[in-house]
Amino acid sequence: MLGILILILLVVIVGWVVAAYNRLVSLKNRAKEAWADIDVQLKRRYDLIPNLVETVKGYAAHEKEVFEKVTEARTRAMGAREGGDVRKLAEAENYLAETLKTLFAVAENYPDLKASQNFLELQRELRDTEDKIMYARRFYNANVRDLNIAIESFPTNIIASIFGFKKMDLFEIGAPEEREAPKVKF
Amino acid sequence: MPTLYTQAEKNVRKTWILMTSFFVFIIFLGWLFSQVFDSPFILYFAVIFATFQSFISYWYSDKIVLAMTRARPIEKKDNPELYRIVENLCIGAGLPLPKIYIIDEDQPNAFATGRDKNHAVVAVTRGLLERLERAELEGVIAHELAHIGNKDMLLQTITVTLVGFVAILSDFFLRMSRFGFAREKRERDASQAILFIFAILAAILAPLAAQLIHFAISRKREFLADATGALITRYPEGLARALEKIASYPYSMKVASNATAHLFFANPFRGVKISNLFSTHPPIEERIKALREMSI
Repeated sequence: MLGILILILLVVIVGWVVAAYNRLVSLKNRAKEAWADIDVQLKRRYDLIPNLVETVKGYAAHEKEVFEKVTEARTRAMGAREGGDVRKLAEAENYLAETLKTLFAVAENYPDLKASQNFLELQRELRDTEDKIMYARRFYNANVRDLNIAIESFPTNIIASIFGFKKMDLFEIGAPEEREAPKVKF
Repeated sequence: MPTLYTQAEKNVRKTWILMTSFFVFIIFLGWLFSQVFDSPFILYFAVIFATFQSFISYWYSDKIVLAMTRARPIEKKDNPELYRIVENLCIGAGLPLPKIYIIDEDQPNAFATGRDKNHAVVAVTRGLLERLERAELEGVIAHELAHIGNKDMLLQTITVTLVGFVAILSDFFLRMSRFGFAREKRERDASQAILFIFAILAAILAPLAAQLIHFAISRKREFLADATGALITRYPEGLARALEKIASYPYSMKVASNATAHLFFANPFRGVKISNLFSTHPPIEERIKALREMSI
């Protein structure tokens, strides 16, 4: 009788360990997939920037300082992306966003540039990638939060530490217009 | 914070429970009717037919619905603005890009269909694009994507099929019993008569009950899609305003029918006041209220 009880207990425990482990794996994979979405858009943005710089140069060649800053910020961000450190990347992205702002502020002074089809198209594309980065970031952060909560909370944290699941970093960049998530009851 | 995944998992579980209980129910009805007629044929027929029909309607639901509403597909160059909105929200929801269709209809409305997220379709009416502002349109699209992410189509198709099946089975029984019972009256004893009365009662009430269950599920899914949609856009007010605009549009939709009404973002029919119990959509005022109560 006691043997059967122990056996049942064992089966339950093993079943729970398997379920908890699988849950952690799927949470981790979701977070990684979500990161891929951000990555695609970041790359697209890096590809757009040289075109943008060239276009602005065509109308405002003497604003050298701005172009250099943008190019440098882009290189830095690309390096940080290769490095894979989310926090460093966020910092580099913030810097890049700042320099781009200056670039567009400069563009404001050149009516011919502002009216150019090429420039308008690039501006639209850039805004589109930025919107997409925002959505991708939200999705990524939501998934990372789920993963981190699972890793931290008892009793899943036991499994997480045994199998070496690590918490992941949120990708936070300073966007003032960012909206908070509404509190939703299901 | 809940993501779309949470809802999808819950929904798959619920679908299984629903399917199982409906199947048990159908098999019970089939058994009851075959007891009365003394032939197991009805039972076999019931099971095979139910399986076959749910499979077909699940697999081809998108094509059938798109044909019924006369929607036509668009490409990115036809409406880049709409395309971008869908792309962005898909990223935010973690869904692949669905096919986008436009219905040539003045009433602002939309629906989503398709058997899973890789075969999903979002259709919007011309009126929706013309009358709504960007934030409102985003709200509506997010609501439709929520249906896709929550796997509501799966749940919906299966309920519709099963409800229809219960109706067919009951109808079949009632027709057969009209002459069957009269002819064999002499051979029946009391217990069989009771069984027979019970079966008739079941045949009359079952379709009604099934229909009510379907409506209740449908209303629940709408509330859920509103909530999930608000999670995707983080702006419940946009969806609330879209609902207000849609509610104020006075005419019914021409291409909608009873068979497709439950799919739409908001009830496509106007004028007839139906009781809440028999409605596929919750009252718009309640949906708006729920959205405005989501604190930020």
